[in-house]
Amino acid sequence: MKESVLSQLNENFPNFLLPEAKVNTNLFHVSLKPEGIVPVVKHLKENFGFTFLNDLTAIDWLGKKSPRFEVVYLLKAPKSQHFRMQLRVPVEEGEAVPSITSVFVGANWPEREVFDLFGISFANHPKLERILMPDNFVGYPLRKDYPLEGPGQDYLIEDLLTLHIQEDIV
Amino acid sequence: MVMYEKTAEHFGQKYQNLPEGHLLVNLGPSHPATHGILQNVIQIDGERVVESESVIGYVHRCFEKLGERYDYNQFLVCTDRMNYVSPPLNNIGWILTAEKMMQIQVPERVTYVRMIISELSRIMDHIICNGIMGVDLGAFSGLLHLFHHRENIYQVLEKLTGARLTTSFCRVGGMERDIYPDFQKEVKMILRGLAPALDEFHELLIRNKIFNDRTKGIGGISADDAIAYGFSGPNLRAAGVDWDVRKDDPYMFYDKVDFDIPIGDDGSALDRTLVRMEEMRQSMRIIEQLVDGIPEGAYHADVPHSFLPPKDRVYHNMEELIYHFKIIMHGIKVPPGEYYHATEAANGELGFYVVSEGEKSPWRVHVRRPCFWYYQSFPQLVKGGLIADTIATMSSLNVIAGELDC
Repeated sequence: MKESVLSQLNENFPNFLLPEAKVNTNLFHVSLKPEGIVPVVKHLKENFGFTFLNDLTAIDWLGKKSPRFEVVYLLKAPKSQHFRMQLRVPVEEGEAVPSITSVFVGANWPEREVFDLFGISFANHPKLERILMPDNFVGYPLRKDYPLEGPGQDYLIEDLLTLHIQEDIV
Repeated sequence: MVMYEKTAEHFGQKYQNLPEGHLLVNLGPSHPATHGILQNVIQIDGERVVESESVIGYVHRCFEKLGERYDYNQFLVCTDRMNYVSPPLNNIGWILTAEKMMQIQVPERVTYVRMIISELSRIMDHIICNGIMGVDLGAFSGLLHLFHHRENIYQVLEKLTGARLTTSFCRVGGMERDIYPDFQKEVKMILRGLAPALDEFHELLIRNKIFNDRTKGIGGISADDAIAYGFSGPNLRAAGVDWDVRKDDPYMFYDKVDFDIPIGDDGSALDRTLVRMEEMRQSMRIIEQLVDGIPEGAYHADVPHSFLPPKDRVYHNMEELIYHFKIIMHGIKVPPGEYYHATEAANGELGFYVVSEGEKSPWRVHVRRPCFWYYQSFPQLVKGGLIADTIATMSSLNVIAGELDC
């Protein structure tokens, strides 16, 4: 399975593949350029039975690697003994990754979560808004430069004082 | 009611642009049927749901950030608070990930006990889900009938770990302490009581006509849609897909025990309930196969550099004192690398994705929470249905706020 996936990808998407990253992992992984993620995911889904998007997240490699972020997709092929495959997309801060919601509906919330906590934006996402943090939150908590300790943000107190009740509703 | 600024603005605008005769109904954040703090703003036309929007994040504690600061044993307390209806399943999922990364082989005794506790927790979770579902639809007796048995499981957990809810069961390399002498006897007592109680519950609630009418064909989802949304666990199996991490990607001794995977038909609320009922019986089957065969031996692997030595030896031996000091002060060192480990939690595939740089704390922890993936399909599931059916759909999905927001 691994060999056939790799050779197929090399054949069809030579421009999108990045040299294999040296990662010590239990997963079969392939690195891609951001613009290649949608066609590659679509190809894997249609031709290799990777119908299940298992996981979607990101890693902040601040001070360790460049580009700074890596968006990590985990696909599962249920018909081939639940074979898992990882796609890694390195992105620089401020760079957008195309959204894969057109291929997997289920990527909607996980992509919003990555946007919310890492500040990585996804192009063509149907509703790219914060999902876990409040809308008026400043900063991206899972970035390595976001402080682990400190006074925090007292944005909520102001919210509590001015109740957001629409006057006409009352 | 307090809402976040943009959310309030968004719903305010929506309210002003409502078509004639439509109404916006707030289900949550604090609603008796949500069983946790999550909000659904539902637009209704008469009794019909036109569309709904979910607002989540009210219980967000950012455990993934905490994981970057805690060491591998400390993060265990965070996993307690994810799916708080069956905490040992999360504990075991996490500990297995750490052990796989460190390549620790635990004694068979530990695995046996872990599996028994896993399955007891699954029963605990499904009792809550199915029982509460009855409560939401107006049948209280079923829950109370089973709750007695859930309490018995809690008492076993209490004796085993010292806590009922925040169990922090297991440590990297084994268990915190050995099982108590009457453990097997009490587990068998639970099974003996639970088997008839489940049948009675089935007669009482699930064969009830009102319950059937309220749940049959409600909130259904096709197998393809369920896979596309990332469903897993009982909710996916109810849609007719026979995936179970315990079978497909076996961990612990799940490949050596005999059990079946129940699957449903149309993924409706009734199917989900029935799948959970049968899973409880299968869990009991697994426990029955294990409980008598718990091997004798140590309750932890022989890994002094990562497992705390017994306290009495720490006070009298230098070696143990050094190890104790090293583990407490410097934590456990996990070799650099990345690891994804999936376990079958009560709601589906609970995956831990850990990136280690060889330090005391992971560089990055990510939790693949089953709730988070399947709850996003909620607007689609309830669209076009009756408003009362949204309650049945939500209860049958078993959305746990702690796991959803993590």
